[in-house]
Amino acid sequence: MNLLEMNHIKKHFDDLEVIKDISLSVREGEILSIIGPSGSGKSTLLRCATMLETIDGGEIRYLNDRAVYMGENGRAVMPKGADAKRIYSYFGLVFQNFNLFPHYSVLKNVMDAPLHVQKRDKAEVKKEAMEWLDKMGLADKADAYPYQLSGGQCQRVAIARALASNPKILFFDEPTSALDPELTGEVLKVIKSLADLHITMVIVTHEMQFAKDISDRVIFMDKGVIAQEGTPEAVFSSDNARMKEFLGRFNQN
Amino acid sequence: MDFTKILEMLAGGMLKSMGIFILTLVFSLPLGLIISFGRMSKNKIVSFIVKIYISVMRGTPLMLQLLVVFFGPFYLWEANIGGPYRFIAVILAFALNYAAYFAEIYRSGIESMPSGQYEAAQILGYSRAQTFFKIILPQVIKRILPAVTNEVITLVKDTSLAFAIAYTEMFTLAKQIAAKETTFVPFIVAAVFYYIFNLLVAVIMEHAEKKLNYYQ
Repeated sequence: MNLLEMNHIKKHFDDLEVIKDISLSVREGEILSIIGPSGSGKSTLLRCATMLETIDGGEIRYLNDRAVYMGENGRAVMPKGADAKRIYSYFGLVFQNFNLFPHYSVLKNVMDAPLHVQKRDKAEVKKEAMEWLDKMGLADKADAYPYQLSGGQCQRVAIARALASNPKILFFDEPTSALDPELTGEVLKVIKSLADLHITMVIVTHEMQFAKDISDRVIFMDKGVIAQEGTPEAVFSSDNARMKEFLGRFNQN
Repeated sequence: MDFTKILEMLAGGMLKSMGIFILTLVFSLPLGLIISFGRMSKNKIVSFIVKIYISVMRGTPLMLQLLVVFFGPFYLWEANIGGPYRFIAVILAFALNYAAYFAEIYRSGIESMPSGQYEAAQILGYSRAQTFFKIILPQVIKRILPAVTNEVITLVKDTSLAFAIAYTEMFTLAKQIAAKETTFVPFIVAAVFYYIFNLLVAVIMEHAEKKLNYYQ
């Protein structure tokens, strides 16, 4: 089953067309990486999928449940009330700059949404939260506050927070771009460990080797369109001129 | 009149000053939040009206506002402004005035919040009310506490403006005693009372700031 379907998505900022009629789908258990130069629209595409941006055309479905569509006035209709609650429960997002809640402890960051949005049982939520923190190697940081953690630790808390709501699909928006190489390594390792748990992931990244290693499928975006799409092997060895230019530096290494 | 008598009378006045102080905060702090919402409203008409309100409240003397609120109903509708209305007018004028200042303080705090906090809450499925009261407001309070302390200290001293409509709080009493007994002593005593009150306010606010220092 397709967990996510984006059909003919368009998005512009004023006169600038950022997404030009893009369609893509993500199957259950699939790991999809989106790569491409800065300004190619990959982060915007992710922000459209997660409804942080309002699309100007097209339709978004999660588990065949219509999330965003175009109304009769030509404007996107975003989900409201109970619909919104259901649709937001399908996915999680890990931000480039973590966006942890600084006034909450690590454990409360992870537990708060399952408790107060999903209204789940506290003992069960706490047990699961501690398990996720343990998987992230952060069990001993449960009572710490975000300002006491390194960037890599913050990002791992953010991943645990996203997973605690049991999303069907997890998005990553350049999860290591705010981190130095050492911290990048520890976060990438954690994301790889999620692949072993068969969690469906869509990852916007500049880490080429990582994308190549982890992905089932890679999308190369350029100037608001999908320029290349396929298995990592196919995309990374493609003859597409723009792709070659973009990967030039990477392939030399 | 001996010193203890002066002290006793002014202590009674001090209680009334504290009454103004506490009730003004009780009403103006929530009202200020509501006004700040109006000020930040996407509805241009609402935000414009609120902007004018804040501008007038901050641009004219509180003493004049007190007189308008107290005497206004009489001149406009020949309403009875006797009895308890004098006190009501004091609280009304103070709350309306301070809410304007607090509204701008709230706005500065709310607008300084990074959009990522709203986005993270939205993705996690928090409702708008949950996002504001659980995620945004607690952080805003920490950010605006120093500015609020400033206003609160000013309010302690501003309570003396109630003398303008002859509400017998401490300063009005001090003036009356000083005139009747031709002595300077009541002013000194009043000054000490105000100072101690503000010292207390400063200590409490400092404590609150320290309590919120558990995160950054």
